[in-house]
Amino acid sequence: MSLDRRQFLKIAGISSILGFGASVASATHTIWEKGLEPPQIEPNKDGLIAKRWAMVVDMSKFKTDEDIKMVTNACHQTHNVPDFRNPDGTVDEKFEIKWIWQEPYERTFPGAENQFMSEHIKGMPFLVFCNHCDNPPCVRVCPTKATFKLSNGVTMQDEHRCIGCRFCMAACPYGSRSFNWTDPRKAINAATENKAYPTRTKGVVEKCTFCTERLQFGKMPACVEAAPKGAMFFGDIEDPNSEVRKIVSSQLTIRRKPELGTGPAVYYVIGGSDHA
Amino acid sequence: MKLYDGGKILIGLVVFLAFVLFPFYNNIGKVNAKPEPKTDTPEIQEWEKVNGKKECVESKEFMQREHMQLLNNWRDAVVRDMYRVYVSKSSGKQFNMSLQNGCLHCHSNKKKFCDQCHNYMAVKPFCFDCHIQPLEKEENKS
Repeated sequence: MSLDRRQFLKIAGISSILGFGASVASATHTIWEKGLEPPQIEPNKDGLIAKRWAMVVDMSKFKTDEDIKMVTNACHQTHNVPDFRNPDGTVDEKFEIKWIWQEPYERTFPGAENQFMSEHIKGMPFLVFCNHCDNPPCVRVCPTKATFKLSNGVTMQDEHRCIGCRFCMAACPYGSRSFNWTDPRKAINAATENKAYPTRTKGVVEKCTFCTERLQFGKMPACVEAAPKGAMFFGDIEDPNSEVRKIVSSQLTIRRKPELGTGPAVYYVIGGSDHA
Repeated sequence: MKLYDGGKILIGLVVFLAFVLFPFYNNIGKVNAKPEPKTDTPEIQEWEKVNGKKECVESKEFMQREHMQLLNNWRDAVVRDMYRVYVSKSSGKQFNMSLQNGCLHCHSNKKKFCDQCHNYMAVKPFCFDCHIQPLEKEENKS
């Protein structure tokens, strides 16, 4: 058999591509083909586990602005949330990063205002944060799966994968997501930052994570720990003996915009009776 | 054989070679300091006292070669699958899968450890855009 020049080049080209590709692939991917799997990795033994984490917020237990500030500060301190301020000391809304913040009644529960409702409730600040929906629109629109559901119901955010497209911000009906327009470290005090938790970087979206990193080490979320007694409860809503389940099944609680079908997991108690 | 426009071609070749070989002859005789990552932090010395030897999560050779893949896999295991503990293949010991609270707890000298090789190889991983690096002793003094 004789080969002409053209045939020889074709065969040589294809075989060199195949051979080179295979040798590179086998050299670099043998160890890491599958990633890490148990038993080489384990969950932390002290971690709290649940089928479905949920939160109950009793707004009547927040008596003063200080109570609310304590809760938001605890969260922002724990997670190195930047505090962008205007020169006059007010919050710089363009750069503001929101994990937990306050909204007035009509923006917390739009459509639930009555003409003659209590002025007190209308004027109350409501603590709002990510609702960790059953059916989260942010997860559906994320093109890189940077935001996703954990098996315990938490809507988690993987900053390593976030490309900053902000689809999730457009999709979230609660405004729970914030974009880092600039390097957040500019507005974090390096002396008081939490050295055990990362900051974020310019160009990623962030939000409340139900303190997943604290749950995994057996601690309750930072806001729940800092809240006044009986104001915030956190637990497994699928567990009939959990505190959150008892509250939700024994009295009237409302959720934000349930009519959208997102299935929020944060329940609000507005009334004043004790149940702690 | 006759070389048409020989003069121009030869001059062109010389210029071309001078240009292409510039990095080589420019560096002749200059000693490039080899990277020497330091593993002598107080935390590592403490570990050595307690355990009788210096040891990392896996063997030194493995860590040198594979630490980036290991870290990527740790990242996915922690953030996406809620695992927190890594069981070493070489020693069976358990480690907290965390860059800030695990690796950097012992290797508290980022400048003399991570940066040594990364600068030498001109790789710029962006771990520390988000993860907070430990305060280093030199920085404290100045």
